[in-house]
Amino acid sequence: MTAAVIVFPGSNCDRDAAVAIEQAMGKPPVMVWHRETALPDVDLIVLPGGFSFGDYLRAGALAARSPIMGEVVARANAGVAVLGICNGFQILTESGLLPGAILRNAGLNFVCRTVPMRVENNRSKFTDQYELDEVVHIPVAHHDGNYRAGPDTLDRLEGEGLVAFRYCDDAGEPGDSPNGAARDIAGILNDTGNVLGMMPHPERVADPQLGGTDGAKMFEGLAKVLA
Amino acid sequence: MKARIHITLKPGVLDPQGKAIANALGNLGFQGVDSVRQGKFLEIDLAESDPAKARADVNAMCEGLLANLVIEDYAVEVSE
Repeated sequence: MTAAVIVFPGSNCDRDAAVAIEQAMGKPPVMVWHRETALPDVDLIVLPGGFSFGDYLRAGALAARSPIMGEVVARANAGVAVLGICNGFQILTESGLLPGAILRNAGLNFVCRTVPMRVENNRSKFTDQYELDEVVHIPVAHHDGNYRAGPDTLDRLEGEGLVAFRYCDDAGEPGDSPNGAARDIAGILNDTGNVLGMMPHPERVADPQLGGTDGAKMFEGLAKVLA
Repeated sequence: MKARIHITLKPGVLDPQGKAIANALGNLGFQGVDSVRQGKFLEIDLAESDPAKARADVNAMCEGLLANLVIEDYAVEVSE
């Protein structure tokens, strides 16, 4: 399988994502600059974390209108797996590939720490290596991670099993999100399950020498499913 | 033409920044501040000279980029 990582001005987790992908998949991803308008034939597209365009206007707003995004949206609509991490999640909501919007953290603090989150859906190609209700520990590092959507949208996400991850305590109980996100939502899938946006950074816990392997399972799972 | 655009959070959308500003005003001794909502103001100079066309263009800009209609409303004024 082949993966692509999109690089925007201000992306800063693109190389971490590339390392995690290479470890799981055995070959490095194609790095694609945001000014490109074409993508090679790939099985996975990653929108990495960072602060694209300095978060000007709204986090992810300008990146979502970068030239490459037309092709990313077309591939996503054609069923290609798209993973948006942190700023990548913000870009996915801004581009309309995922519902809702992501606002400034409720506590106004930049939050940078490892948080527990519970696996709410382990039937997607991103999450099938996890157990349902498993508590995993993944770092967050963001100022704008407060996921918001209307009550109807939230009910639909919950009802259709599209909430992939929910912030929780170490025992798995929700109620203490780091950013005030609605219903403690940390990550959501699109209707067809091929687009995942999440605030926590699985690529930062994909190597035992760098703090943990809870995130490696996502890339290992993708390598198996997309092989 | 010149367009002046106010972008505001929709009613009911949490505004932690506005809340912090309201608290700071209270700390400064300003009494009676019930709430603060923070928004954005943009000024755009346009080559277009027809007000109706300018307004239509700016509305499209708001819907396409400047406002996120999931959480924000916008209001446009167009002037010479």
